[in-house]
Amino acid sequence: MEVYLDNSATTRAFPEVAELMTKLMCEDYGNSSSLHMKGVQAEQYLRYAKETLARILKVSEKEIFFTSGGTESDNMAIIGCALANSRRGNHLITTRVEHPAVMQTMRYLEDRGFRVTYLPVDDCGRILLEDLHRAMTPETILVSIMHTNNEIGTLQPIAEAGALIKKVNSNTLFHVDAVQGFGKARIYPKKMNIDLLSVSGHKIHGPKGVGFLYLGEKVKIQPIIFGGGQQQNLRSGTENVPGVAGMAKAAEILYRNFDEDIARLQQCKKHFMEGVRKIENVTINGLMSEDLNGEGTAPHIVSVSFAGVRSEVLLHALEEKGIYISAGSACSSHKPQPSATLGAIGVDKSLLESTVRFSFSVFTTMEEIDYTLQTLYDKIPMLRKYSRR
Amino acid sequence: MFTAFLIKYAEIGIKGRNRYLFEDALVQQIKYALKKCEGQFAIHKTQGRIYVDAQTEFDFDEVVAHLKQVFGISGICPVVYVEDEGFDKLKDTIIQYIADVYPDCNQTFKVAARRARKNYPKDSMTINMDMGEAILKAYPDMKVDVHNPDIMLNIEIREKIYIYSEIIPGPGGMPVGTGGKAMLLLSGGIDSPVAGYMIAKRGVKIDAVYFHAPPYTSERAKQKVVDLARLVSRYTGPIYLHVINFTDIQLYIYEKCPHEELTIIMRRYMMRIAEHIAKENECLGLITGESIGQVASQTMSALVATNEVCELPVYRPLIGFDKQEIVEISEKIGTYETSIQPFEDCCTIFVAKHPVTKPNLNVIRRHEHNLDERIDELVQTALDTDEIIIVQ
Repeated sequence: MEVYLDNSATTRAFPEVAELMTKLMCEDYGNSSSLHMKGVQAEQYLRYAKETLARILKVSEKEIFFTSGGTESDNMAIIGCALANSRRGNHLITTRVEHPAVMQTMRYLEDRGFRVTYLPVDDCGRILLEDLHRAMTPETILVSIMHTNNEIGTLQPIAEAGALIKKVNSNTLFHVDAVQGFGKARIYPKKMNIDLLSVSGHKIHGPKGVGFLYLGEKVKIQPIIFGGGQQQNLRSGTENVPGVAGMAKAAEILYRNFDEDIARLQQCKKHFMEGVRKIENVTINGLMSEDLNGEGTAPHIVSVSFAGVRSEVLLHALEEKGIYISAGSACSSHKPQPSATLGAIGVDKSLLESTVRFSFSVFTTMEEIDYTLQTLYDKIPMLRKYSRR
Repeated sequence: MFTAFLIKYAEIGIKGRNRYLFEDALVQQIKYALKKCEGQFAIHKTQGRIYVDAQTEFDFDEVVAHLKQVFGISGICPVVYVEDEGFDKLKDTIIQYIADVYPDCNQTFKVAARRARKNYPKDSMTINMDMGEAILKAYPDMKVDVHNPDIMLNIEIREKIYIYSEIIPGPGGMPVGTGGKAMLLLSGGIDSPVAGYMIAKRGVKIDAVYFHAPPYTSERAKQKVVDLARLVSRYTGPIYLHVINFTDIQLYIYEKCPHEELTIIMRRYMMRIAEHIAKENECLGLITGESIGQVASQTMSALVATNEVCELPVYRPLIGFDKQEIVEISEKIGTYETSIQPFEDCCTIFVAKHPVTKPNLNVIRRHEHNLDERIDELVQTALDTDEIIIVQ
């Protein structure tokens, strides 16, 4: 049995996505800038993609810009805002639990004279609105907060933060990294006062190498990629038509039976958490004490610390049974240093190396969850027996 | 301008009646190395020399880089071939050659002619003198120095005329395959690839064994070892890499033996298994990257304990090397970057905080008896599930 529970790292594409993309690579392969029929066809797909994504976010299709993925969207949003608004101020705000695509971009700007405030989080990984309020100054040009934490699934109070930011300083822009949130939550930028929103294709059963940035019509940013002037001069480069269309198709499918799917995902997660709790000495990270079923966190991410078991060993032990999970966050798994998020929420040092992440998707079944639980029941005692003395 | 390479070899030259065996092996190794280069090459032996002739366009730097990986080569001389069109024409060619290769034209030099074709009108001494005069006339800043010249300008008169003056140092050693075969215990570290390289340099063909301990070591750790074997195989030719699943043996030792002795006992079993595979594959020795005192399992006492279980000689070419010296070689042979990737290998996963550094052989033997019940069966299973990866 193969059980893929690493959906926060990447997801399996929907068959319809692969089908559409094959067609776009082998038949309708035109360059959307070409004047001939092939070009016009390609442009139709771009239009379809923009309309689909705009409808889901309830924004205008003119506000959708395609990129090479979540990382580029974050870079484009943050650097683009900073450069375009540096005359108004040089202060940015973000959190201590951001993905490296945001964190490292902030560091880059710090090296170039910008001032950045990193908001702390509580032991569930959430920022406090008071902290945000206190951090804002007349020089604050941008606040960047992730929607869903990629390691522990915490949901940030995005709507509240948006309202607060605009109340304090209507000129301050609000960027949201929604790479883990899009497709798992309803996100409406206009209602939530979000000016820029980053999304990735491959986390939503679409292709890798593609993503998009929602950029509110009135928001001015500077481009960070130069060339042929595509996408209103803001993101040059021939559009990745198959990728873009594939991503839109995936989003369309995800939001088709959205409420039903999310409810089922929550069921899976709840069932899994109940099962995991039957094992001794486990901690599920990022939950509030009154929310043991995790209804207030992302429906697809569960971070678990198994005391006395090294995460990498558990990962490989599950792998032997066809179960694929992640040790901490996949993006940082190659590096030996423990994750920033787990440190920021105060996970005990001894547990940092014992924390793994299970992340589900619409493909996940109850049967797979039961199989995974059974495997954990078999493996954890054995792994604890043979631990480093 | 260069269309050929004269290959100089050192120690082969002094071998006696079996010298041809060494030369043939060297030709084979050169062919293997050049397979990966762009272009077609003919390799031939004439009068105690090996020439590599390029028959098509080729990338000079790429060919030199690959030849520098062939053991047995002491020097690589890029050669210019010209037709014999009379001595005056040859003078022009040489003067142009110097301008191309030594644009400063201010070094000391010596002309060393060899007249292999005896019907050439000038003898070697005359060629040396006349050509020297021509060079001095063309380049007033150059000087003759017959004892210690900067440039030794070789002119060989054969069917064609061969001109060469540069000697690019090769790796030395002897052609792989002339010295039998040995089994390298390859971990993911810095030392063992270097050890394999050093023994291969003496003409020894290499097989390798890696001990894999899933789920405690990952697929990527195994891939790293395959990558290291591939880097070493640039020098040694194809390597048969035996991957042994060591998990159950390791856990069994962990369960039954004192923790401080785990590493030593584990290593004894690794040596036993390696020797078993070595014998089955006609290897005449084992190779390890051990260096005295580097870690607890490499003290002299520990080496006594691990050495005891083998009949075959265990070659430890790094035994007297400091870590820094080993690192320098690994950087030179290009394995360092891969070696330092951070994946856990099976020697470190259960390592004790204070492993024994002076194991007592009798105690170790006695504790090994704790394993009597199942160890033979576990070793047999490990041998039966040996996965062989051919790395080239």
